[in-house]
Amino acid sequence: MSKFVKPYGDTLDDGAMQLSFTLPVPWSEAADEAARRLVTKMGFSDVAVAEGRPVAKDFSFFVVYARTPQAVDFSIVPAAAAKTHALSMDEIDEMIALKLGRKVRVAGACIGTDAHTVGIDAILNMKGYKGDYGLERYRQFSTYNLGSQVSVEELVRFAKEKKIDAILVSQVVTQKGSDVANFTALVELLEAEGMRDDLLLLCGGPRVTNLLATELGYDAGFGRGTLPSEVAGFIASRLGQRASSL
Amino acid sequence: MKLRIEEQAVERCRELAHRIATPVSDFIAGHSTVSVERSVLRLFGVDGVGADDAPLVNLVVDALGPQRAGGIATLFCAALAETGLEPQALAEEVAAGRLAFGAFQNVPSEVARAIARSHAHRALTKISQVRAGRAQRLARLPQKPPPLLYVIVASGNIYEDRTAAVAAAEAGAQIVAVIRSTGQSLLDFVPYGATTEGFGGTYATQENFRVMREALDEISERLGRYVMLTNYASGLCMPEIAVMAAFERLDMLLNDSMYGILFRDINPKRTFVDQHFSRMLNAYAGIVINTGEDNYLTTADAVEQAPAVLASQFINEEFAHRAGLADEQIGLGDAYEIDPDLEDGFLYQLAQAQLARQIFPRAPLKYMPPTKHMTGDIFKGHLIDALFNLTSVMTHQGIHLCGMLTEAIHTPFLGDRALSLENARYIMGTARHLGDDLECKPGGIIETRAGAVLASAQSLLGRVADRGLLTAIEDGVFADISRPPDGGRGFEGVFARAADYWNPFEDLLVPQAVAP
Repeated sequence: MSKFVKPYGDTLDDGAMQLSFTLPVPWSEAADEAARRLVTKMGFSDVAVAEGRPVAKDFSFFVVYARTPQAVDFSIVPAAAAKTHALSMDEIDEMIALKLGRKVRVAGACIGTDAHTVGIDAILNMKGYKGDYGLERYRQFSTYNLGSQVSVEELVRFAKEKKIDAILVSQVVTQKGSDVANFTALVELLEAEGMRDDLLLLCGGPRVTNLLATELGYDAGFGRGTLPSEVAGFIASRLGQRASSL
Repeated sequence: MKLRIEEQAVERCRELAHRIATPVSDFIAGHSTVSVERSVLRLFGVDGVGADDAPLVNLVVDALGPQRAGGIATLFCAALAETGLEPQALAEEVAAGRLAFGAFQNVPSEVARAIARSHAHRALTKISQVRAGRAQRLARLPQKPPPLLYVIVASGNIYEDRTAAVAAAEAGAQIVAVIRSTGQSLLDFVPYGATTEGFGGTYATQENFRVMREALDEISERLGRYVMLTNYASGLCMPEIAVMAAFERLDMLLNDSMYGILFRDINPKRTFVDQHFSRMLNAYAGIVINTGEDNYLTTADAVEQAPAVLASQFINEEFAHRAGLADEQIGLGDAYEIDPDLEDGFLYQLAQAQLARQIFPRAPLKYMPPTKHMTGDIFKGHLIDALFNLTSVMTHQGIHLCGMLTEAIHTPFLGDRALSLENARYIMGTARHLGDDLECKPGGIIETRAGAVLASAQSLLGRVADRGLLTAIEDGVFADISRPPDGGRGFEGVFARAADYWNPFEDLLVPQAVAP
């Protein structure tokens, strides 16, 4: 049965909403009117500019209340759509502690001749990226950042020696397909050493997509703008699944 | 508001910090780094890039090879003497491989050093003039009283940053910091020229510094108050950034003695040598440093880490003094990061902030806003920021990084900065003298907490002093992070000084007793 819902101000289905935004114009009454028209154009009715004022010489800030005529049928909203909750650092740590009962050993490197460590550092460094802490900051990861220009052989040797659970490799330089060649060389060596199935293999870089990564035989690929917690969450849940299925 | 604190414990902490720093100073005195040598060249006036956009200063220092143990100054100036070239032209010749240092071994070192001294004097005269220019502007365009409201711009594009900075100044900002691109601290060179692309921030380049300084000077005149500019002398190029900042009249630099080691995995020895020379430059240029104690609080529980913050403040103060920085130039860090759900958490924040105020009475303390417990709920975030603002004004913090209601969501929108500044101005106006009017209950929660933090900081400093700072860092005493003395980035750029090592600036950058 359909169940249409609208925003609730103080009466069912009044559609009341609050908006706030900045316009790049000096404040004046005309600026208030511009804000009102903008919100009207969005399809809102009963548009009231509650506050309009200058926040800089050439910028004005507005708080607007308005009613939306729109509604959504809640009965057909798929449950999965709402379940995009990303895991926090604490949740990931907890998941690892619970499912594996030990720390996860992660090694990261820029392989081949690539010296651009910005990606791998953003993911592994304590400091992280965009306020999202790097894997070093997690209690349940032991992190080894091997840095740049690491050979595939060196990385595999290291992974064997330290019993690494997950390898992260980054490639920023893509000239003449060097990234794909390096990614492939790593998979091949791990397979030749019989280690491929014992660890998670992840790659990243501005041109990497998950599709490319899986085609190359990786467990996942991460592109531009990836947050450390997304990588950490992937590692934790994938290793968690493996542990449960044993 | 005045806390009764054990003065003896404070004295003891300072003694321990002195004991901790002494062996590190001995190490620093016997070593140099590629970045220190590159900054000597920058001071001589070498700028620009060569092949593959590599900075000339990198190419020249790399061309030195093992001769770097004697320092760049003598050999470079021997080549100046022999060729009659200016520093920039010589650097271009060396970088292009048309001249080699080996060809100038016969110039007597006294001749080379005399030339080096004259170039050094020229650089320091320029820096003194820049410093005097700041003092004149500050006298003519007085700032509003502290806490100085500090905001960040971070678009990646210096020209967008400029627009945001001017708008922020109009909305009340007194200090603007341009956040650096993610990972710049790990580059062993400083990028060149104006930049319009970055990851999570904008590259620190000398041209970007100039663009921003010019815009802020213009708005300072219009507003009738001087607006300060800040950047980051951290990472692998601390001394070089300090040179660029001194030339372009930056007013503050983030500059911590241990941040790079712990949070960026930069080699400890490299960091200690680099921080020292960069701080000598900052001292001379009248630049106020901001230290990074906030990072201890975002790493782990803020209540537990409080003693680490205080201990780090003592260590930063000690290293800063050793580099010649006056108390007024030492912006020691702290942050408002206690879990908002913790009962009496606000009292603990007050205790910590007031404790630092009393222990470091002349330092312009740098207070960092809540970040860790900020969520997508901007309304709650705005409230937490209000209490942060109240703590800051009550305890007379010097440099106040305004918290953003959208902290957990995105790098600030222009409107977010305006709301944040308005929040700070309201709270700091309406409660301006609250801290002065209140008395703290003897033996109450605040005083007891402050006493406990001080006692724990003393015992932490004692543990560090006993095993030595480098060992303590390796043992994970700070922030539970272990960094071995010879590990981390940039270690290959550290080298022992030969017996004839010479850097003209070390003699000339003696601390001068000038008001910043």
